[in-house]
Amino acid sequence: MHIDWGALGEVFGVSLLATVVLVGLFTVGIVGGSTRRADGSVHTPARVGAYACYALCAGAVAFGIWLIAA
Amino acid sequence: MEHITLLIGIVIVTALVFDFTNGFHDTANAMATTISTGALKPKVAVGMSAVLNLVGAFLSIEVAKTISSGIIDESAGVRPEVIFAGLVGAVIWNLLTWLAGLPSSSSHALMGGLIGATVASVGMGAVNGGVVVMKVLIPALTAPLVAGIAATLSTRLTYRVARNADEQQTFKGYRAGQITSAALVSLAHGTNDAQKTMGVITLALVTGGALAPGSDPPVWVIASAGIAIALGTYLGGWRIIRTMGKGITDIQPPQGFAAQTSAAATILASSHIGFSLSTTHVCSGAVMGAGLGRKGGVVRWSTAGRMVVGWGLTLPAAGLVAAGSALLAGQGDWGVATVAVLALVICLGIWARSRREPVDHTNVNDDSVFDEPSPGAALPEPEPAGVVTTAMRSVAPPPAGAAQSGEAETAATQEALAAVDGAPEQPPAAVRAAETGAETPQRAGSAPLLP
Repeated sequence: MHIDWGALGEVFGVSLLATVVLVGLFTVGIVGGSTRRADGSVHTPARVGAYACYALCAGAVAFGIWLIAA
Repeated sequence: MEHITLLIGIVIVTALVFDFTNGFHDTANAMATTISTGALKPKVAVGMSAVLNLVGAFLSIEVAKTISSGIIDESAGVRPEVIFAGLVGAVIWNLLTWLAGLPSSSSHALMGGLIGATVASVGMGAVNGGVVVMKVLIPALTAPLVAGIAATLSTRLTYRVARNADEQQTFKGYRAGQITSAALVSLAHGTNDAQKTMGVITLALVTGGALAPGSDPPVWVIASAGIAIALGTYLGGWRIIRTMGKGITDIQPPQGFAAQTSAAATILASSHIGFSLSTTHVCSGAVMGAGLGRKGGVVRWSTAGRMVVGWGLTLPAAGLVAAGSALLAGQGDWGVATVAVLALVICLGIWARSRREPVDHTNVNDDSVFDEPSPGAALPEPEPAGVVTTAMRSVAPPPAGAAQSGEAETAATQEALAAVDGAPEQPPAAVRAAETGAETPQRAGSAPLLP
């Protein structure tokens, strides 16, 4: 009986890494996007950082769709 | 030739019925947390999942070469009766677990059905035991762990990063994240699971001589498989959604997002790397993990335990039903007809039972059934206490929580005994509840104590 522990370990590692990185990125995006200065005006660097995070997440989703279709 | 065509027709219809139950069994995987956190309205969520399942069915035309993933020796010649019996076993087990509100793997049900039917008609030799361990046991044990650990860690992370953020502000963000990851899960589900049905139908057509061996599934097969799974998804297995979204743990938006993302990542990683894990096990594990990750989050281990028991029973139970069907169907045309009629009667019976206590989009988020001990809300005793119903009862999520309902029953017994002593004109409420059928077989045995 052959059990492919290597593939299992790989699935575990990739899933864990992808989940933590994506959830982390997206949360940073959410927090950055809702950050305001003390006077209530938009905090531009935080907003730009948030969009960058969202863009990376969107890239990951596109990669996911490509994996499904391929 | 005439009766072969009819048999193939029956196999195709049964395969589509299986596809349909597969769809509505697995709506919960993609949408349970999205619905329970209120990110999407129930009807909108199942509608979106249905459309994505349909799209997913058309996304990839890479046919599963072996419908049973190498567990049974298909080269020995799979007869249509065997496929039919396997499908019947899978459909009946799917419906029983749906009635019990249990998320269980449709792929395991299909594998179990095919194994049972093959063993009954060909013998043990045609089943590859090593592959069963590799493709069924190990994935079933590891899938919830992999997704659960990822979900726990990412839930902790997201709560930590967003600890100072305003809940109102972050809700929209988490909502978008949840919807996106749920969409990915739906799409992947449509691609993977609709293909299983396409594989089964194509195999049936090849055995019947309607298609050349090794050919791609015709467009009508792809379309009908996609439509069947989408219809099933849209009707929504609300019972399973309720168990998954409310029964395991109370899910908050950040947890829902972490759970769905971990599920999507695990499913895609596993199917891409080639160590396929069951979507149901992955999603259930992710929800449990998210429950553990939040401070103060409580996982209802009694519900989780029953789910795991259900996973263990899926393969043998579907296999037993399929084996019986295969023995009967092997008797000839009348056997096949009997199996078809019996299966239809059982399916209608299960559906009729579900109408007694309907769960739909209006009460899908009602979690009181998992918390409050109320003997009246317990599942009524099914009339035929056969092997399968007993097994199903033993794994059904406790409508009143296992420990609590146990206490409630003890209290009810004491009250009933007190009633015997006092001999009141009116039976107490607990006895009335017991009379409506909310009692266990053991309690039924103590019934003669009553005057």
